[in-house]
Amino acid sequence: MGIRQGILLALVFVPVLAAIPVLLVPSGRAARLIALIITAFELALSLVPFAVFMQPRPDGWLVRLDLSWIPAFGINFSLGLDGISLLMAALTAFLFMLSVLVSWDAIRDKSPMFHFMLLVMETCVMGVFLSTDLFLFYLFWEVMLVPMFFLIGVWGHGRKVYSAVKFFVYTFTGSLFMLLAIIGLYVIHGSQAGEYTFALEALKSTHVEPATGLWLFAAFFIGFAVKVPVFPIHSWLPDAHTDAPTAGSVILAGLLLKTGAYGLIRFGFPLFPEASAAYIPVILAVGIIGVYYAAWIAYAQEDMKRLVAYSSISHLGFVVLGIAAWNEVSLAGSVLQMVNHGITTGALFIMVGMLDERMHTRDISAFGGLWSKAPGLSAFFLLFIVSSLGLPGLNNFAGELLILVGLFKEYPYLAAAAFAGVVFTLIYLLRLAQKVLFGPPATDAEFHDLSPREAAILVPLAILVVVIGLYPRILIGPIEGPIKALVSPVAAVKTAGATPQAATAPAQTAAADRGGTP
Amino acid sequence: MPSFSMDNMVSILPEMIVLSLALAVLMFDLALPKDEKRYLAYFSVAGLAIAGYQTMNLAGLQLDTFYGMFVLDGYAIFFKVLFYIAAAIAILISIGYVKGQEMDKGEYYALILFATAGMMVMASGADLISIYLGLELMALSVYILAGFMRGSMKSNEAALKYFLLGAFSSGILLYGIAIIYGVTGTTNLAGIAAFIQSGQYSGPALTLAMILLVAGFGFKVAAVPFHMWVPDVYEGAPTSVTAFMSVGPKAAGFAAFLRVFTTALPGIQPDWTVIIASLAIMSMLIGNVVAISQTNIKRMLAYSSIAHAGYAMVGFVSGGMQGVSSVMMYLFIYMFMNLGAFGMVVMLRKDGVAGEELKDFAGLAKKNRTAALLMMVFMFSLAGIPPTAGFMGKFYVFMAAIDAGFTWLAIIGVMMSAVSAYFYLRVIMYMYMKEPEGEFELAAPLSLKLAMAVAVLGVLYIGMAPAGLIDFARISIAGMM
Repeated sequence: MGIRQGILLALVFVPVLAAIPVLLVPSGRAARLIALIITAFELALSLVPFAVFMQPRPDGWLVRLDLSWIPAFGINFSLGLDGISLLMAALTAFLFMLSVLVSWDAIRDKSPMFHFMLLVMETCVMGVFLSTDLFLFYLFWEVMLVPMFFLIGVWGHGRKVYSAVKFFVYTFTGSLFMLLAIIGLYVIHGSQAGEYTFALEALKSTHVEPATGLWLFAAFFIGFAVKVPVFPIHSWLPDAHTDAPTAGSVILAGLLLKTGAYGLIRFGFPLFPEASAAYIPVILAVGIIGVYYAAWIAYAQEDMKRLVAYSSISHLGFVVLGIAAWNEVSLAGSVLQMVNHGITTGALFIMVGMLDERMHTRDISAFGGLWSKAPGLSAFFLLFIVSSLGLPGLNNFAGELLILVGLFKEYPYLAAAAFAGVVFTLIYLLRLAQKVLFGPPATDAEFHDLSPREAAILVPLAILVVVIGLYPRILIGPIEGPIKALVSPVAAVKTAGATPQAATAPAQTAAADRGGTP
Repeated sequence: MPSFSMDNMVSILPEMIVLSLALAVLMFDLALPKDEKRYLAYFSVAGLAIAGYQTMNLAGLQLDTFYGMFVLDGYAIFFKVLFYIAAAIAILISIGYVKGQEMDKGEYYALILFATAGMMVMASGADLISIYLGLELMALSVYILAGFMRGSMKSNEAALKYFLLGAFSSGILLYGIAIIYGVTGTTNLAGIAAFIQSGQYSGPALTLAMILLVAGFGFKVAAVPFHMWVPDVYEGAPTSVTAFMSVGPKAAGFAAFLRVFTTALPGIQPDWTVIIASLAIMSMLIGNVVAISQTNIKRMLAYSSIAHAGYAMVGFVSGGMQGVSSVMMYLFIYMFMNLGAFGMVVMLRKDGVAGEELKDFAGLAKKNRTAALLMMVFMFSLAGIPPTAGFMGKFYVFMAAIDAGFTWLAIIGVMMSAVSAYFYLRVIMYMYMKEPEGEFELAAPLSLKLAMAVAVLGVLYIGMAPAGLIDFARISIAGMM
């Protein structure tokens, strides 16, 4: 095991190992400090690959780590890093460090346990983005729910317990179906190849009967779609986002939703090229409905946090459309947009949290004329709002444009419809900006501008918004290779329209028949 | 047929050790003053450890003794190890509790040991008669234990209910055994299998006998529709006894159930598969759904115990090496997590009385972080959330089911797991997200702490490194399959 594998292992396990001392320290201050140091270390660690090893190995990965874990079931502890997971890992490290910073003053109650949960969460999210063994992936995917349940239920506001349980039950149910599909695929592969394994690369070569494949992909899709979330299984999201503490909302919106989209890109489509092609109309439909429906509801929200939550569903609708179109351009757009949404929406949640800390309300009507009172804060708020609505030159524009261009290649009319959805986004976000920042002041209450700590949180976010907007290549560069590798097998199936494997390998089909009927 | 030899003595060595231990406990009880009964508990645990050591020394042997009545094989050894650990943890949980409940008598520990010996005979029985003997020894001991809190009406009611229904179910089981004897002319498991294999009989009596056996064993493992006694008995019996009862006799019931059906009745497997599959579905459904509405934590765990019997039966139905070893692993894991959960109920006292209501757990995290953390681990494990052992157990059972083509059973199991997450989570919710009311008092003597440490380590270790247990289960049944 070389130094590169060591970095992978450290990315995943350093937070959870550090979480134990965090839980044991008596003072909240020490806990915060340790958490900050660890998350900063993780961020530095996640940036190392960008600088040092961007040369992919022959199999496309930058780094691989394979350790035997449960040989009786063919389960390996396998991690892999490629451009896509590298971006997600860096985003994870970045947002977790911000989460510690935004909670600095906001979380005073049971602070050690809060940071314990944050660090455990970081391990799980990293694990999800880096696993290449389906069992391991599922394990991290599932454990992820536990710290989030506590973050919402213990440190949230409003109907926090209700929201926490709703979040847990929704996502737990979805992922249990995925578990069944994972086992199903494992059994089919085992009966074909004679070797039982959960390794992603091996399972990709499984020949699944078309009818079985439809079921398996559907189960995977439900598991991922609940997290994304896709209309109509999104109803946990507004509650969870609204009632979570700011750090929880940032992680939910910035990372948890991305795990769903990432799962589709990494596992869902590549594992079931044929079945996923059959479901594309459905996925496109739920994607476009999500774009419009969530935007429409966002317009009606009075609670700023709820508004941003619904905007997440709408934005993720674009990501889903980009995934469903499944060509190099749209997929690059989706991955880029996953990062962008994490940055922009994370920033919006942080800003709403800051407003909430000052005014103890998130009601839009309670604000007004903020610009004259706190110009610094307002300027940042406006920047993130226009970034979110896709102003050219800022980050979201680049991602949405790529998605729409890629979509247009495959489904021009749908692309046109999705494009019109951007207008909807414009309406509710501009309404937010106009009501909160401009117009007559709603109250005469004292209003502080940004503190140095808050500025330190917002400045890096703003820099990223502008830099990615002006030069998206820094993010697209690393993902080009992996996306090319992902697109070609699925695209081949899509264009052929038939099952090429069945024609070339009748013996394999026969084996599958035996496996299919116990 | 093997002749009588020294092998006979070797094969029952573990049982002899445990029975002598029980008798020694009874004798020492006379010599010990009233307040010093806890030494009997330590003595019993030490004796169980010796028995465990001796049993592990016998691993690898395959002895068919007492004219085919009794076997010592890997399968029996696996379950015996399970019973030792279950009995030892249950005894450690009991020490403080029996004192508090004024049931601090030496017989208590002797009865647990007698029950353990009975369970061991059940796991080793290769003849319906020896299995029945073991079952009765176990059942009679546990009936008394259930009513050990003599001053409590609830405990008396539980014991009587358990005894009446238990006697009835034993009768049904005997009736089944009698019919099998009538049809096949033998009660030996291998003999029955050989008779069925020969195809000399194809009438309905065998199916009838099989159904009666299912009813008899189904009662012991607490499967629906033979579960009516479970909530009342679990609630009424002293909590430490409930803890033991929910894992030991259940595992013993499964040990005998599995051995009888896979070695004696493989010839009519399609028939019993249907029946056990429907029992599994009903148990998972009723257990999990009814648990949602419970406010008493012992009753909730009772329904959860019914549901877990259902999950184990999913593995049972799947059959084969995978299926049987998945049930064994499931029971092993269930032992740790359920003893842990009941141990926490034993520990918690509220305003001077035993805290058995769900709301008694409110705000526990504020008062005692460690206790809340432990209970959380056990609840997550029962719900089947990684990285706890409960997840590995369910994973293996569902994998065996899908592998054997019972995907629909796995789907129902998974859906019911999602339902169960709600009521396990509710305990956690009470502990961490509600304000405490009243005075907490954690009755945690060192022995109980030790027991909880063992349970939580078991749950976490198996959850993260299950390879050893899987191999143990698989090697154990290599000779039987």
